[in-house]
Amino acid sequence: MKRKPITRIVLAASLLIAAAPALAASEADFKAAFTAAEAAEQQAGTLRDRWTTTEAALKAAKQAADKGDFEAAVASAKKAEALAKASIFQATSEKDRWRDAVIH
Amino acid sequence: MRAPSFISFTAAALALAAITMAATRAAPAAERTDPAADAKAFRDYFVKKFPKAELDDFVNGPYSMNKDMRKQWEEMEQFPPYEFALDAGKEMFAKPFKNGKTYADCFENGGIGIRQNYPYFDEKEGKVITLELALNRCREDNGEAPLSYTKDEMASLTAYMAYTSRGKPMDIKIPDDPRALAAYENGKRYFYTRRGQLNFSCASCHVQSPGEHLRAETLAPALGILNAMPIYRSQWGGMGTISRRFISCNSQTRAVPLEPQSEEYRDLEYFLSYVSNGLPIAGPGSRP
Amino acid sequence: MASTIRVRAIARGDTTEVQALIQHPMDSGYIKDAKGQLIPAHFIQQLTFEHNGKRVFIADWGPAVSKDPYIKFAFKGAAKGDDLKISWLDNKGASDSTTAKIQ
Repeated sequence: MKRKPITRIVLAASLLIAAAPALAASEADFKAAFTAAEAAEQQAGTLRDRWTTTEAALKAAKQAADKGDFEAAVASAKKAEALAKASIFQATSEKDRWRDAVIH
Repeated sequence: MRAPSFISFTAAALALAAITMAATRAAPAAERTDPAADAKAFRDYFVKKFPKAELDDFVNGPYSMNKDMRKQWEEMEQFPPYEFALDAGKEMFAKPFKNGKTYADCFENGGIGIRQNYPYFDEKEGKVITLELALNRCREDNGEAPLSYTKDEMASLTAYMAYTSRGKPMDIKIPDDPRALAAYENGKRYFYTRRGQLNFSCASCHVQSPGEHLRAETLAPALGILNAMPIYRSQWGGMGTISRRFISCNSQTRAVPLEPQSEEYRDLEYFLSYVSNGLPIAGPGSRP
Repeated sequence: MASTIRVRAIARGDTTEVQALIQHPMDSGYIKDAKGQLIPAHFIQQLTFEHNGKRVFIADWGPAVSKDPYIKFAFKGAAKGDDLKISWLDNKGASDSTTAKIQ
């Protein structure tokens, strides 16, 4: 029996609808990612080594979330967290490393 | 929306990798702070790196490194672009505050010919006082609102005060006080510490690469780098204070700048000025 | 009010070298301020140097000239002690002029 095209479409659509929550990020996901990013940036701040690119990523995350694009918002928030963590690493390692560069 | 975040992840990962690779050497033991030895080593380093340059000429930054730029600068000095700021500064300096007092009342020798003594370590307060900070304190002590550290008015005032000290050797003192030594050391630490996503320290450009190009600019040597401040920078189309320059250098390495006149900046100014002791004040200056 | 024009003219033999520095914002009209608003174009359109009533240097400027422009040029036929008149006119109709003695 030839499968009716409409059956295929319905099948495909129902699969997509079922899979949708797994593809798209939720507001909750965003909030978690943003909180983590902000916490890392806060720590970078106390170490006096925040990066402009981290701030830009946080801002982009907020803006995307305000527009309801939580997928983009989570991506930006995760990028911000990665950058903040890198800046913390920089500040921590530079605490001793700076002496290597001193003119003697 | 996946592609941009992938690239940024890679960028972050690369930055992290670069820092990690750079951090594998063991740190030497902390040494006793000896500013005089530092200053001598600092001077010797640049003199050796640029044997054809006269010691005093280092205060002219890129013009001491590049003949063609120097020629243009010497011509411009006949009609320097900072002239308007200088005249404005002279007027501002002389104008009394609402309470009748003037800036002269806040400074030694009426504020004339004293720029080379700044910054100094205030033992009562236990902190470094820069000229810009002193000017705003003078204003506040006399009931006036403080000026922005990065805008033209502050630059005009420091331009005038620098001008009255032209030619005088930088004369920064570090009193025999552990707090002063700590401030000096803090400034030195800041100078050599890498920061920002681009992972540059002040030294990366001004110790490792003076005379070389950063895009279209010729990098100035760190020796004497504050002696010509404030500067008229053609790139800015206007004057810039020391505060402005520190802030812009920070953002150029993608580091979020600190507050003007924050402790690190004041201590940095203290360190940089001290290691340039003996070199003449050349302010106000002009730069590309 | 102080003149916006600083000038120095020095005669060497039959050639006079002139330098001038003019205070003017020279806003191109393409730059935005901190609030994101375009700063309206405000620039010198014509700059003239006159010696004995004769124009020895004329500049027709546009938005490409930077703030506080500096000019340098030389011309023949003047002597020490002669007058040199400099005047400018900008796109808003403002103007300024000054006369300097050739040294």
